[in-house]
Amino acid sequence: MKARVTVTLKNGVLDPQGKAIEGSLAALGFSGIEGVRQGKVFDLELTSTSKEKADEEIKAMCEKLLANTVIENYAVEML
Amino acid sequence: MKSAVILFPGSNRDRDMIKALEQISGQPVATVWHTQTELPEADLYVLPGGFSYGDYLRSGAIAARSPIMGAIKSAAQQGRYVLGVCNGFQMLTEAGLLPGALMRNASLHFVCKEVMLQTTSNNSAFTSKMEKNGIWRCPVAHHDGNYFADEATLKTLENDGRVAFRYAQGTNPNGSINDIAGITSENGRVLGMMPHPENLIEALHGGVEGRAMFESVMAHLDAA
Repeated sequence: MKARVTVTLKNGVLDPQGKAIEGSLAALGFSGIEGVRQGKVFDLELTSTSKEKADEEIKAMCEKLLANTVIENYAVEML
Repeated sequence: MKSAVILFPGSNRDRDMIKALEQISGQPVATVWHTQTELPEADLYVLPGGFSYGDYLRSGAIAARSPIMGAIKSAAQQGRYVLGVCNGFQMLTEAGLLPGALMRNASLHFVCKEVMLQTTSNNSAFTSKMEKNGIWRCPVAHHDGNYFADEATLKTLENDGRVAFRYAQGTNPNGSINDIAGITSENGRVLGMMPHPENLIEALHGGVEGRAMFESVMAHLDAA
């Protein structure tokens, strides 16, 4: 089973890297950008065959390691 | 004062810390490899600076989940003194021993320079011998020192005098919220800070302002 975890910064947490990317996109001539927030993507391959169990396990992984829930949100997508 | 320094793959300020502790305490300093699960008997446990695990995932994140951290957490719960400097501060927040998080510097640049620090509060074990509101200079060297905490956490830290050190005189090098450079735990026995006091303990360093912090812990121990 495959899953994708996306980790993004919470609203209200400043993202200087996103700002720098936004500036660079503007410098390349891309107009109309209202904001850029950057994050991380983790592709997981699991041995589990139960979707429910995998979902539970991934949530625990996110809470314990993949995301720092002080500053980050996470979303899990089963592929 | 007996002290022990925890070593992680990628630590690089461990020797500076060991030397500083040896000089100030006059005692040999134990070292502990991160895969161990038990700590030697000591009064002060130190998580040194560096780039544990190459800062992969988030600075300090993987080190904060290494086997020795269970013992560090128990030691902190038992009221032992725990100090995290730079990468060590990042580990303490990642391990949940201190609140908040250390994010990428607002400038996005690695900063390596001297800053001015203000000892905001001298009610902790680490600051009791320091002059309240005293300003001292101290080196910093980091890429992820931008302290962040939600409003409620900040309010608690500020109201309870748990902001030990603040960047002063406009020298905030990283965009840290409220100019926070170091914070303590509720019992004042766990301190995390981005600047490097261990690099300012003998005349050859150009100053000895970093000593007071270690001497505070020693005085606390003597009084106990």
